[in-house]
Amino acid sequence: MTHFVKAWILAIGLILTPAALSAQEALPSAPVVDPAATSELEAADAPAAVESAPSGLDPALYTPMKPTPGIGMPVDGGIDFQQQFSENGETAHWINNAILVPMMVGVSLLVLGLLFWVVVRFRRGANPEPSKTTHNTFIEIIWTVIPVLILVVIAVPSISLLARQFEPAPEGSLTVKVTGYQWYWGYSYPDNGDFEVISNMLTKEEADARGEPFQLAADNRMVIPVGKPVKLLITAADVIHSFAIPSAWFKLDAVPGRINEKVLQIDREGVYYGQCSELCGARHGFMPITVEVLSQDKFDNWVRANGGTVKGEATETAAAEVTAASETTTDIAPADAAAATN
Amino acid sequence: MTTITADGQIDDHAHDADHKPAFFQRWFMSTNHKDIGTLYLIFAIIAGIIGGAISGLMRLELAEPGIQYLQAWASISNGSEASLDQAYHLWNVLITAHGLIMVFFMVMPAMIGGFGNWFVPLMIGAPDMAFPRMNNISFWLLVPAFLLLLGSSFVPGGTGNGAGTGWTVYAPLSTSGSVGPAVDMAILSLHLAGASSILGAINFITTIFNMRAPGMTLHKMPLFVWSVLVTAFLLLLALPVLAAAITMLLTDRNFGTTFYDAAGGGDPVLYQHLFWFFGHPEVYIMILPGFGMISHIVATFSRKPVFGYLGMAYAMVAIGVVGFVVWAHHMFTTGMSVNVKMYFTAATMVIAVPTGIKIFSWIATMWGGSMSFKTPMVWALGFIFMFTVGGVTGVVLANGGIDDNLHDTYYVVAHFHYVLSLGAVFSIFAGFYYWFPKMSGRMYSELLGQLHFWIFFIGVNILFFPQHFLGQQGMPRRYADYPEQFAYWNQISSIGYAVMLVGVVIFFVNIGYALLAGRKAEDNYWGEGATTLEWTLSSPPPFHQFETLPQIK
Repeated sequence: MTHFVKAWILAIGLILTPAALSAQEALPSAPVVDPAATSELEAADAPAAVESAPSGLDPALYTPMKPTPGIGMPVDGGIDFQQQFSENGETAHWINNAILVPMMVGVSLLVLGLLFWVVVRFRRGANPEPSKTTHNTFIEIIWTVIPVLILVVIAVPSISLLARQFEPAPEGSLTVKVTGYQWYWGYSYPDNGDFEVISNMLTKEEADARGEPFQLAADNRMVIPVGKPVKLLITAADVIHSFAIPSAWFKLDAVPGRINEKVLQIDREGVYYGQCSELCGARHGFMPITVEVLSQDKFDNWVRANGGTVKGEATETAAAEVTAASETTTDIAPADAAAATN
Repeated sequence: MTTITADGQIDDHAHDADHKPAFFQRWFMSTNHKDIGTLYLIFAIIAGIIGGAISGLMRLELAEPGIQYLQAWASISNGSEASLDQAYHLWNVLITAHGLIMVFFMVMPAMIGGFGNWFVPLMIGAPDMAFPRMNNISFWLLVPAFLLLLGSSFVPGGTGNGAGTGWTVYAPLSTSGSVGPAVDMAILSLHLAGASSILGAINFITTIFNMRAPGMTLHKMPLFVWSVLVTAFLLLLALPVLAAAITMLLTDRNFGTTFYDAAGGGDPVLYQHLFWFFGHPEVYIMILPGFGMISHIVATFSRKPVFGYLGMAYAMVAIGVVGFVVWAHHMFTTGMSVNVKMYFTAATMVIAVPTGIKIFSWIATMWGGSMSFKTPMVWALGFIFMFTVGGVTGVVLANGGIDDNLHDTYYVVAHFHYVLSLGAVFSIFAGFYYWFPKMSGRMYSELLGQLHFWIFFIGVNILFFPQHFLGQQGMPRRYADYPEQFAYWNQISSIGYAVMLVGVVIFFVNIGYALLAGRKAEDNYWGEGATTLEWTLSSPPPFHQFETLPQIK
């Protein structure tokens, strides 16, 4: 009997701990859903679970993808940039590693070498009588012109990278509106029925249960199709936030009263993490960005699972489509889905 | 640099002019540039201890992932049990206080108020500053400014006590996002500190233009005086813009204006433009006097005049001028248009050229010299290399397209600590060791000075170099906690802080030793390499100097 009571006390404690830890006072966050309750709900009636609850989407249509360790996230003790999954990101990474890093190492070693040389060669013991040279026009021209040339070598690829980063998305590209709130993100899909996904940080327990990195993982992800330019419209509701995905070389501030536009394209299916990158108040460090990149078909299913409309389909048939899709989708094993939701 | 010698012998005047006022009058109503300089240096040391202690708290909390101490500290400052959000707010208060204290109350008072006040009149052969009483009010405005900033930590500022806006005080986090008097106090503190600096700048410009000894043309003026002159112009032109920007913050906060609120026709990004129009020249304000000091030290210990004197002087002028037209490289991710981003990328890179001229000219000064490696010289050598490292990462960050991934990460933190904590602070230590015996009349321990350098040098490199890695991996700035992937380099960084702290302790031991038991310093204890006018005076110089103006050949 006492064991039974203890078990209940422990269970209640465990359920309450995350809530207490994240101190949700007066926070207009997404409804907190007990994962256990959700899976029961899903088991009973999957399509009915189309709520904005974490993993509350129809598992037949969408199951959160597991991240690949070391991809789309920092690695333990890493020193380089995160691996890049966009063309512009790869170019920028290449400019850094092939042009800028050699420049930095070269200039630093040159200065260090010269310092060592003068320290050894012109120390008082080796050179008791100082020279009186104070001018040498030739050498002064040299150390003005050579840095200018180095800077030109850097500027050419750098400026062309900028031009490419600002290429607008082609006509008909998917638009996602990103809104920063204190302290969570909202992603709305105006092309797909304008539903909004509210994205809060997972607690340590939830992140561990889902096999995701704590402080990087969010309950509901921003989902985009793979290999296609997506037009992000970024704004904020209260103070300035900044939307960043390091593995896509992407960062743009979310400024209240402004809409900033930038193209995001990620060329590999997977999960990519980022963190808010402009000081936005107390929980600035606790509003991560999680982006899931899916094939167009899976993306369409995710839209359907959120009650949205897929382009080219009539709005009123959406519900029927959802049911049909859930019947025809066979590539998601129920066991996997259950594992993912836990 | 032209060698300057003093013809006039001033010793016979020194005695009758040496009637020092009584204690209160001397230190609280001072009109003597050397006393005011001493006050500034003491002030900077106190502010440096507080600002450095705050960074110690931050490195302690960041040593491992998770929140270990913040909540306890927040509870102490609250007087009652603090919530987790209040603990996170305390973090923002710490980063804000560390930044503002180090910039406005440590580096600037030490370099401009301290060394500038002490040595600009001495180096140009002037008896004092042009406006001695204004000099006094410049210093005494700084004290209430500092008290206001410290006091703001104990009044409500939104989620918890204190201003948690970052040193940049971006709207709307600093307007609608921070309820309570803390941010108002911090803004008023900046107003006072700014007014203090503007008055100081006016004083320096007037002094340098009007009170040079006969024969000292601008092109014979020591490079430290040049550096303070350029700095004073930067202060004079940049600080009013900051004053305007933060005044609009105040009215937005308290009187219902909407300068920075899009809902009323304003723009949050306008604040950033105004802030950085001040903020970028500000970083040169913090480093230019250091450039001047390093030039003197390198020349002194190489026993050789500065190489390319005119190039050195006009490189500083060029840095000052170009420094005013590159501000938006701090705002590459705010959503600027492609043309604006391209312009600021190109303009920012240009600054590397005059900076390179300075680095190479210092090396050329040593080339062919007869170098000795006393404490100030090892700090100067450390400065040259560390500033180069901070400079090359600056060239990386100048690229708008590359900066997209580095902006607001630890890479930026590493960059500006390399140019400030290992640049400006190294030059302050170099100048301090160079001139301390001149100011106090006592020699410090050479052994402790060398020990201080090496431990500090190793410590700050362990502290800040790994932050480049963290930044490249994507760790954002101003985070109280981080994913465990960042744990490794954060722990190393915190160890570096502990090493650096040992160095700082040795510094204070050394000052104590010098003041209590230091050998008496001769007039020119560095020997023939030290050629500027302050070396013609006793150590410490007489209370009033140059009553007969020296003649410059």
